[in-house]
Amino acid sequence: MMDILQILLSESFWAASLRIATPLIFGVLGALLCEKSGVLNLGIEGIFVAGAMAGWMAVWLGAGLWGGVIVAALVGAFFGLIHAILTVPLGLSQHVSGLGVTMFATSVSYFVYRTALPNVSSPPRIEPFQVLDIPILSELPFLGPVLFQQTGLTWLAIFMVGSVWYVMNRTPLGVAIQAVGDNPDSVDAQGLSVYGLRIGAVVAGSALMALGGAFLTMSAFDAFFFGMVNGRGWVCIALVIFASWRPGKAFLGALLFGAFDAFQVRLQTEVGALVPGQVFLMAPYILSIIALVVAARSADYPRALLTPWFKGQR
Amino acid sequence: MIRIEPRQAPSRLMTLGIPVLSAVVALALAAIPLAFAGAGIATAYQEMFKGIFGSVFAFTEMLTRATPLIFTGLAAALAFRARLWNIGAEGQLYLGAMAAVAVGAGAVDAPGFVLIPLVILFGCAAGAVGMAVPTVLKSRFGADEVVTTLLLNFVILIFLQMMLEGPLKDPMGLGWPQSPPILDQGMLPPLMDRMRVHSGFIIALVAAGVAQFMLVRSVWGFKLRAVGENAAAARHAGIRVNRSMMSVALVSGALAGMAGVSEVAGLKGYLTADLSPGFGYTGIVVAMLAGLSPAGVVVSALFIASVFVGADSMSRAMGVSSYLADLVVSMSLICVLIGGFTARYRITRVKPLRGEGA
Amino acid sequence: MTQQKILSLNGLSKRFGSVIANDAVSLELHKGEVLALLGENGAGKTTLMNMLFGHYMPDEGSVDVADEEGNLRPLALGHPQAALQAGIGMVHQHFTLAENLNALDNIVLGSEPLRMLRRDRAGARAKIERIMAHTGLTAHLDVPVGKMSVGERQRVEILKALYRDVRILVLDEPTAVLTPQEADTLFSNIGAMTREGLSVIFISHKLREVLAFSHQIAVLRHGVKVGEIATADANERVIARMMVGADTQETPREAMEPGKPVLKLENISVVGRSKRDTLENVSLTVRRHEILGIAGVSGNGQSALAGLISGLTRPSGGSIVVDHIGITEHHPQTMIREGVGRIPEDRHHDGIVGAMSVAENMVIERLDDPEVQSRGLLKHDAISANADRLAADYDVRGPGVNARARLLSGGNIQKMILARVFEQNPKLILANQPTRGLDMGAAAEVARRLLEARARGAGIVLISEDLDEVLSLADRVMVIHDGELIEANTRDREKIGLMMAGEMA
Repeated sequence: MMDILQILLSESFWAASLRIATPLIFGVLGALLCEKSGVLNLGIEGIFVAGAMAGWMAVWLGAGLWGGVIVAALVGAFFGLIHAILTVPLGLSQHVSGLGVTMFATSVSYFVYRTALPNVSSPPRIEPFQVLDIPILSELPFLGPVLFQQTGLTWLAIFMVGSVWYVMNRTPLGVAIQAVGDNPDSVDAQGLSVYGLRIGAVVAGSALMALGGAFLTMSAFDAFFFGMVNGRGWVCIALVIFASWRPGKAFLGALLFGAFDAFQVRLQTEVGALVPGQVFLMAPYILSIIALVVAARSADYPRALLTPWFKGQR
Repeated sequence: MIRIEPRQAPSRLMTLGIPVLSAVVALALAAIPLAFAGAGIATAYQEMFKGIFGSVFAFTEMLTRATPLIFTGLAAALAFRARLWNIGAEGQLYLGAMAAVAVGAGAVDAPGFVLIPLVILFGCAAGAVGMAVPTVLKSRFGADEVVTTLLLNFVILIFLQMMLEGPLKDPMGLGWPQSPPILDQGMLPPLMDRMRVHSGFIIALVAAGVAQFMLVRSVWGFKLRAVGENAAAARHAGIRVNRSMMSVALVSGALAGMAGVSEVAGLKGYLTADLSPGFGYTGIVVAMLAGLSPAGVVVSALFIASVFVGADSMSRAMGVSSYLADLVVSMSLICVLIGGFTARYRITRVKPLRGEGA
Repeated sequence: MTQQKILSLNGLSKRFGSVIANDAVSLELHKGEVLALLGENGAGKTTLMNMLFGHYMPDEGSVDVADEEGNLRPLALGHPQAALQAGIGMVHQHFTLAENLNALDNIVLGSEPLRMLRRDRAGARAKIERIMAHTGLTAHLDVPVGKMSVGERQRVEILKALYRDVRILVLDEPTAVLTPQEADTLFSNIGAMTREGLSVIFISHKLREVLAFSHQIAVLRHGVKVGEIATADANERVIARMMVGADTQETPREAMEPGKPVLKLENISVVGRSKRDTLENVSLTVRRHEILGIAGVSGNGQSALAGLISGLTRPSGGSIVVDHIGITEHHPQTMIREGVGRIPEDRHHDGIVGAMSVAENMVIERLDDPEVQSRGLLKHDAISANADRLAADYDVRGPGVNARARLLSGGNIQKMILARVFEQNPKLILANQPTRGLDMGAAAEVARRLLEARARGAGIVLISEDLDEVLSLADRVMVIHDGELIEANTRDREKIGLMMAGEMA
């Protein structure tokens, strides 16, 4: 019991939680943006892979870390655009199109990686983002090590939580996105473009998702591995429902998830001998399923989610 | 100005022609990554063709590859017909394989005519259970089955590793995480001497035929189609939607489980954690290319298997990454989606009228 | 009224596939005028207005709108944005409101440039409050639209248009969801606004309100403008003849002695997600040879009542008895077995599986019947033969019984449902909005079939928002309001109207 409390109160535990949560924050925010406009984006898993690969490769080719971030975002936006075109003006099944984009983005990334590096046994490393040690703040008790010993990408994620909240609730654009996800006719009747809003939201959301992938290769690790995304994208799709499409709750959900993941790693070292390690590995996925089951009944789905809209057919 | 109009009814030619055209387009698009990889394009296509039709062995390899794809394709096609998004065939495949090994690798010592049906039965049952869980979560709690089946794939894969290091570990396996082999009499008999193609292929063909017949001719298929096309109207008409969904889920899961049985008891003999290179996910592409028709699944599985086998052999000969095959498969999914759109809708250009452009 | 021309529609045509929705329709509107666009369902009224507002692109024709100085200028077609800028606002019959947003956001939506980093909510609020004070149209600005009553939503819709400073307001069937009294208030508000220069086009198929509140009447039939007349010179007979092309016929209805009860609801309550699908302690009895009409404004619990009789909704308390048999398992299958025929409100959504064939849709309610299947396998020949027979008997026209049901027109879909229901000789029939959206011919056919079933001995529950329909068909009228059901004991429109508004118990 004491051990558990000790874990929960340690600074390194919460610092790790925030670190683990960072890619999920990007992913959940991205999924939120897409779904608020009425489009489910199951391309997320592949976009994570593409963002991880593209960001890493850009840095490896000498683009610089922030250059890599921009490349990752652009690549994410590109795959998002494919999904947006298939599902918005063409109105195709969002489920199937999303899975198609995931397969496409994943296989493109793997193919490009393998073609660029045909015969390497261990993947080449880059110099990843370093911890932003902010002089005075990082010496604050508890908060200092937790908050101020993160990399720039984690800061960007936290900044994006606020930005997405602000845009969705305080700007005409955000209100229009909320409206188009509820009833596209409301937007059309007021002279705004349903297609424009939805395509824009999906493209922007996909760029955010790709940053989640980029964090993996540019901050959490320093290289690209096959299978490194490992279902994180799907976890985000579950978390966004759990967060009932609110940026603040999305942040909390991701952090909670990160905390659980960090906790199980530490618990494993404590009681690892008693239980097979795989039980702990399974836990995050089972946790996501439980979160989904708990939240699903009361979830306030955007009303127009999954429903295509065609101009001139009412 | 461009306008999108629904067609009255897609013509027969289009419903058949579009998947074929999509496949051809996706294959042609492979030229782009080939050029990117710096390979001679004509030679590459030649090598691919040789890799499929170059020898009897190559051709039977393609049939071997198509076998699990027919099963997972059917699993996706039937479920999608009922608008039940079973994206968990990959996990259900492994559940089936685990059950097959658990029963067939010595736990039951019986003659083949008992053991083989038993292995199949347990494999299918395990797959069915794998899909029953998310279906219950969907009907009871409204939890989206897309996300739950996707996440369960990861859970099952980790569970598999746990089993292969624990109860299902082969004591003679020199420490490798693999299961003991299925007893010889429990293996699905091969179809040809010195070839790997096995009787699982025949079972797959029969399964496709039965599925096609049931879908069109049975009350079960009628209900399935009604639930998928309009669940509200089906319910209003007295059809028990949840019951119908559950029966489809069980059949779909069983078919995916059968893919695992066929791989482990038809081909490999023992189970490892890399039994399937994503057959479950590829099954979705197979089903979509087939227009969700069980009979069509056979054809599209043969095509996808050809792409894999051909690209493998080409990549060995020319040093191009074999991920090219995955690339072509994913592109054919996107092509068939767009193709399906053109079958259902017509894009017309409208002449601008007076006052346009204000 | 000045005679300044403010809008002119010049020969607008629109085809959907092979269907001609509008054929060279021309209209003129003057400043301060109320023009009623009258016609049967499917006559092309809404299509015409959707072209004016830019939702549809016309195949031929043009539109001229007066600018601020009163000079007519061509309007860019196919863009709602252009229509809004030219001062045209439209209140759609199916509201175009985002239910997750409050009234203020819905009204302001689209009027501020999307690149703005903040919203001017205070300024917007002030302007809307000015409009509300001026016109008497009020709404709660901070309440999510999803929580509003239908009447309030409609006021938000109108405010939305007025906020854009429209000079021409198009109202599509504005009274369809209002009580007679609410409708009167709406029209008196509109009257006040037209005196200040607003011009109004309102779509309707109700002769009474058209005669009472318009200056000019244009009549559409089968997509063609068949006549235009100053309201002062019109009367009901003249415009009804224009609408239908012949004098209307009352459905002959003979008096009948009600028999034994076929449906008894006792103290039934339904807990719904919102008011619209809630019932509170409702009791009713329907007898053989009797049509019970349920009048009421939509969204007052009709869907819960219909769901209950269809078997879709589970009551939280009370009992349902169908012909002596207490219903314990609430499922459509149970109700079908007990001899309840159901004509659903939304026939496309609940009535047919559009992707399946007409023949399949005709047997979908009796898949257990040995005539349809044996040992789980469908009898295709019997299903086809059944469909051919029913299609002939009920005059279901379309591309054939093996074609997809969604290819049928609305009227033919309804006939197909009638065939499916009446063929089973039900003891009890639920007819929920059975003539909505049908032309007069098809509507008359529905009425004839209902009366025929009544003569045969069926009890019928007729739910309708059209009070005229209820009064012309029902033997007995009950009014539903706010989840409660009361016996009308009168056939007086005025009194029933008050009950619909909940102002008379």
